[in-house]
Amino acid sequence: MDKELENNNIIENKALIECKNVDVFYANQQALFGINLNIGEKEVTSLIGPSGCGKSTFLRCINRMNDVIDICRVEGSIKISNEDIYHPDIDVVELRSRIGMVFQKPNPFPKSVYDNVAYGPKLHGRILHKDDLDEKVEKSLERAGLWSEVKDRLSEPGTSLSGGQQQRLCIARAIAIDPSIILMDEPCSALDPIATAKIEELIDELKDNFTITIVTHSMQQAARVSQRTAFFHLGKLIEVGDTEKIFRSPDHEQTEAYVTGRYG
Amino acid sequence: MNKNFSKRHKAESRFKAYGFFSLIAAATMLAIIIGSMIYRSIPAYTNYTIDLEINMTEISLEDGIDDINYRGILRSSLFSFFPEVQSRSDKRKLFKLISSSATYTLRDFVRENPSYIGKKFYFNVLFTDDSDLFYKGYVDISLPEDERRLDNKEITWLNQLDGTGRVKNKISRNLFLNGDSREPEVAGFWGATIGSLITITVTLLLSFPIGVLTAIYLENFAVKNRITDFIEVNINNLAAVPSIIFGLLGLAVFINFFGMPRSVPLVGGLVLSLMTLPTIIIATRSSLQSVPPSIREAALAMGASEMQVVFQHLLPSAMPGIFTGTIIGLARAFGESAPLLLIGMVAFIVDIPATFTDPATALPVQIYIWADSPERAFVAKTSAATLILISLLILINLAAVLLRKRYEVKW
Amino acid sequence: MIIVLGLLSFTIAKQRALLYLQNNEPLRSMPVYHGLYVSLWAFLIPFFLIILFLTFKANYLNYLVTPYLSEETISLGSEEIMYVKNFLINNISNLNNLINSGFISEADSNSLIEKYQNSRLISFIFVIVLSIVLSFVSYRKLSVRFDARRRVESILKFIFFIFSTIAVLTTIGIILSLIFETLRFFSQVGFFDFVFGTHWSPQTAIREDQVGSSGSFGAIPLFTGTLLITAVAMSIAAPLGLYSAIFLSQYAKPKTRDFLKPILEILAGIPTVVYGFFAALTVGPFVRSCGEYIGLTVATESALAAGLVMGIMIIPYVSSLSDDVMTAVPLSLRDGSLALGATQAETVKKVIIPAALPGIVSALLLAISRAIGETMIVVMAAGLAANLTANPLSAVTTVTVQIVTLLVGDQEFDSAKTLAAFALGLMLFVITLALNVFAMIIVRRYRERYE
Repeated sequence: MDKELENNNIIENKALIECKNVDVFYANQQALFGINLNIGEKEVTSLIGPSGCGKSTFLRCINRMNDVIDICRVEGSIKISNEDIYHPDIDVVELRSRIGMVFQKPNPFPKSVYDNVAYGPKLHGRILHKDDLDEKVEKSLERAGLWSEVKDRLSEPGTSLSGGQQQRLCIARAIAIDPSIILMDEPCSALDPIATAKIEELIDELKDNFTITIVTHSMQQAARVSQRTAFFHLGKLIEVGDTEKIFRSPDHEQTEAYVTGRYG
Repeated sequence: MNKNFSKRHKAESRFKAYGFFSLIAAATMLAIIIGSMIYRSIPAYTNYTIDLEINMTEISLEDGIDDINYRGILRSSLFSFFPEVQSRSDKRKLFKLISSSATYTLRDFVRENPSYIGKKFYFNVLFTDDSDLFYKGYVDISLPEDERRLDNKEITWLNQLDGTGRVKNKISRNLFLNGDSREPEVAGFWGATIGSLITITVTLLLSFPIGVLTAIYLENFAVKNRITDFIEVNINNLAAVPSIIFGLLGLAVFINFFGMPRSVPLVGGLVLSLMTLPTIIIATRSSLQSVPPSIREAALAMGASEMQVVFQHLLPSAMPGIFTGTIIGLARAFGESAPLLLIGMVAFIVDIPATFTDPATALPVQIYIWADSPERAFVAKTSAATLILISLLILINLAAVLLRKRYEVKW
Repeated sequence: MIIVLGLLSFTIAKQRALLYLQNNEPLRSMPVYHGLYVSLWAFLIPFFLIILFLTFKANYLNYLVTPYLSEETISLGSEEIMYVKNFLINNISNLNNLINSGFISEADSNSLIEKYQNSRLISFIFVIVLSIVLSFVSYRKLSVRFDARRRVESILKFIFFIFSTIAVLTTIGIILSLIFETLRFFSQVGFFDFVFGTHWSPQTAIREDQVGSSGSFGAIPLFTGTLLITAVAMSIAAPLGLYSAIFLSQYAKPKTRDFLKPILEILAGIPTVVYGFFAALTVGPFVRSCGEYIGLTVATESALAAGLVMGIMIIPYVSSLSDDVMTAVPLSLRDGSLALGATQAETVKKVIIPAALPGIVSALLLAISRAIGETMIVVMAAGLAANLTANPLSAVTTVTVQIVTLLVGDQEFDSAKTLAAFALGLMLFVITLALNVFAMIIVRRYRERYE
């Protein structure tokens, strides 16, 4: 099986994120078992699998959000641009400033739309002048496809927007720090179909500049937005490969069973 | 069968009625307490005064303002109403009908307005508390003479004075603007109020930052272990320790060990802040907990450090709750008196305190002091001070409720 | 002064960091943190020192003044010594006052003032120099790669930790001071005489040769008095509070609730001194005249009057906690009972109260602990005479009343009289602590069951 995985792991683009033998434990319970997965630069990788299969846990390993949970322990190595992100010298805060994350439920800060987007650049002290900041906010909102809708409402609280707008605001907030990677944890699960379509469009546009990893429980969504797909089951990575191949002719029975809707 | 049901329904309504009447009983008690305070405080707000004719025509500035015999001037003015009173003891008795403070108020008045020297003018003088109560109808004339505070002679004089048309009932400014005094007609609760405010300021300055930072530490940074567990249990316990124990602590540690002075708002504030600390910590923790974890995650994922998450997101969102908790804790400290008694803030203090280390008392303690005084007029004063204290506290609590309603962040 | 230094070092360090940024060097932490880092060093330790100095200033002055007391003063006894010492301390910077007072010669005055001013100058210079040195040392550490943010945060975290220990220090302070004084008390009065003695009259005579110079410290009457008043209070507060809670949580419509609940909250917010005044002024005489009317002799400061008012005060404590636990009983339990055809009252009695019982018990325990520790009502409305009786119509005294009477006004700190107050305080602390802990354990178990 390992060999099979190795074969599937060959990617055309240079691998940006390399994971080797990643195990994750919650207290004494193992949640992920020896994950080997490479994620290519500037493409969309979707992680699919039934609930509780560990796909979100894996996603949160990449920006070390699992550190927040006291009982959580990560073993193995994850390298981003050949840098081991679990090395003791790594500053988590600095790491996260290079990786954007969008959550399941839109979670704008209870601040104005403008402040939500400006938060990251201000936080990291990258932008010193007000004019530059204005420009950054506008550009980020534009790239998130939200500018035309909110340009007159910049001082309103972010929480006053609709659900879909809030989620795009969160995306704008994430790209405002110029991350190389954007992690999305079921970004559309709380949205209606129209808002979902907009986000999917947006993901498609963003892949030219960002490496995107998206966790989704909608196989259609995975098929629509991603170039590569990884299937997780019970904490193990069953199969990874080009999206088309995973959905058309998966190597693994379990994968086939899942993508054809026989279980999951 | 039907009988059974009706019996059960009757039991049901009886049960409900018990509950309702318990609440009504509590409400009635509240009404009685406040009503009786209002009723008893009525005599306190005004004071009977008399305009005395002050004759300073024979006095010139050269005599020295401080050396003028003000007492003599007042005496002769008062005695001019009663030419028939001749004996020394009667004269003394007569002069005792007006407040002994009159001499000093006249002196202060002349000091400020020296131009009155050499003139004749009317000067408004307070009656003493007993005469004042007589005019207000609180002296029962039907009682035998030796059971009253005023004998027949004095009552005749007072009635005679009333006939001159010079006696007026005026709003008692002393009550609101003065410090304590042995004379009820002069005593006021301003000094105690200021003492309370200074004490509470110390309490706020100490307990708010310490309480909030402690809560932040326990909630966000502390690793769960025996020590932090112990700290937590400790805080919960401290919240239920009787307040008088804090007074003992203040006496033993601050005054006897550190040698701090007695009776000062600084020590009072220290003691009260130790008492208020648990309330603030508990309130802060629960409002920090009510901020949804998604906000925390969002900020962390943006690359904010734990510290930045706390100060840029959690704390601002939790502020209304923290303020409400702090206000409630401070309100309790404001009404607290037992620990202050033990650290000596129960002294008789006339001067109005101005700094953290001036001897002072507090409003609730002032109530205690007055309630202990034998003069009848202090009953009204005490009731008035009580009402002021209660209304201040209700105002403070109302502010807390409004603050919570206005700024509460709904998630 | 050190605040200024702190601010100054903040701006300098921040400027330097900004300079890096303008030269496009990749700064690891934001400039603000560079500023904060230096200013924290420049400010914190000196600030802590100043607090320390101020805390021990009184002790130091006392020590400074002691050698200057004249033999005459010392011969006049401790009270005179205290007075002169206080005078010297209060006028320590005023030469004329010192000389004119006659307590101290001119030469001595000069040397005292000189000593005082020297020590002030030295501590002042010490703090300033320390501040400058610390800021300089920390400034040297700054560089492009310097992770100021992490340093600042760990310093702050440490400060927070220190703050969070204050609560523990308070408890330790309470326990230590109480135990320490109590031990001194027991060196003068036997432990068993105190705990099991039935006679309490601490008013020791001023002169040794007077009758009854060795007061007796039997604490039993105080505790029975406290229990009597608490019992009266609880017999009012328990039924009224519980029924109020039942009505509020089970029967009242939201609007009624919004209207009635504040009444209880106001009742809880009234300062105890007001209750005390009310008890002494209105309830005491009222109870007495009621008693006279039906032919009973009632003391003006009867346990009944104080207990009644304390009961009113405690109603909200009982009701709010019981209200909470009854609302926390899962609705499904209630619905299950109602669906079986039970009336609301039957549901409350047979289902909700049994389910909420631990919470109710702990509410009652907390109320009892509150009643035992309550001071002002009993100080103002209960008596001073320690009668060993169970008759609520007679006057009794309580532990808290005695603590206050023993400690208010009296300055002597070594007499058995004052120390007795601390022994009483310790007993009070232990009893209320036990009640609170017990109540907390019960509530915690209860919560675990339903969460």
